Amino acid sequence: MVAEAQVWEALEEIPDPEIPVISLVDLGVIRSVDVQNGHVYIEFTPTFLGCPALEVMKRAMEEKVRELGAEPEVSVINDDSWGTDKITATGREKLRAAGFAPPAPRLVQLQSQVHKCPYCGSTETKLENIFGPTPCRSLRYCESCRQPFEQFKTI
Amino acid sequence: MHEQVLLGLADDELLLGWRDSEWTGIAPMLEEDVAFSSIAQNEIGHARAVYELLVGPDGDADALAFDRKLEEYRCAPLVELHLLEWAHTIARRWLYEVADEIRITALKDDSDPAVSGLAAKIDREEAYHRMHAEMWHDRLRGEPRFQTALEELWPYALGVLPAELRGELVSRVGLAEVEAIERGTHTDELAPLWEEMTMVRRSAPAGAQW
Repeated sequence: MVAEAQVWEALEEIPDPEIPVISLVDLGVIRSVDVQNGHVYIEFTPTFLGCPALEVMKRAMEEKVRELGAEPEVSVINDDSWGTDKITATGREKLRAAGFAPPAPRLVQLQSQVHKCPYCGSTETKLENIFGPTPCRSLRYCESCRQPFEQFKTI
Repeated sequence: MHEQVLLGLADDELLLGWRDSEWTGIAPMLEEDVAFSSIAQNEIGHARAVYELLVGPDGDADALAFDRKLEEYRCAPLVELHLLEWAHTIARRWLYEVADEIRITALKDDSDPAVSGLAAKIDREEAYHRMHAEMWHDRLRGEPRFQTALEELWPYALGVLPAELRGELVSRVGLAEVEAIERGTHTDELAPLWEEMTMVRRSAPAGAQW
């Protein structure tokens, strides 16, 4: 019999397919885990609706649950419950350490001084492109250390 | 009625996503190549989520998206237009985003929580499309080519919204209300797009294996 805590532990091992430094649990996209009679029900929210990594994440979760000897039921919930404020403190630190500026908190995102360079910590940064290599990232440039960097968008 | 509104939204996002993706690889600058590709990906993601909502958990969203006859599409004629010219492309993006914001704001108050929840999620992403469109609008405002493009596309833009929501669009865009080119009618530019968009489904009705 699988316990809920074991499932969370297993899910913590799944990296985000596009930003592998952070796990799905750190990303905050797993809304709930419920274990009943050998079935594990997982509710999961996409970051961006058009995220191509959705299917990969779903399959990875199913595999992890099967490895625990249980039957997975993963449902994708397209409601408004995920935002970048759901990324955990550990997750934010892992992003920063890998050179991705973590998203600014939703309440302050429109202030230009909140976007810090993940390399030198300066707030003297400017927006280069709202869009980047994946839907969840923007491109910024640090005026202090002259380093371009990727900024996780606040949503 | 409600279902038709959602189908119209999904069809708009699918077709505009398709049209915006036509800039992938050939946009006038690299930043816009990235921006248009990303915006297109988001719009098609929104379309998918709305089709999924319409068909329910056991339905086939691809069938709804791609197995309809051309005349059954509920998109606004604005999104059908094949615009490979920058002034018109940016004019459409801006007009569409202004109209779409009015529509999504209304859907966020919908009595069905599945609809209002999805509208709120879509809105979080659209905020970035609006920033992009506003940035271009600020830059090109007053340029004669851009102004002409806005005026040419204006009757189409009005057709994105139902009559009761047009007043806000008129005041935000600042052009006089004219006769709208209504949803439900189609331009000649839809046929080649429909041919291309539905080709895989028509050639492999049981589902293509990749």
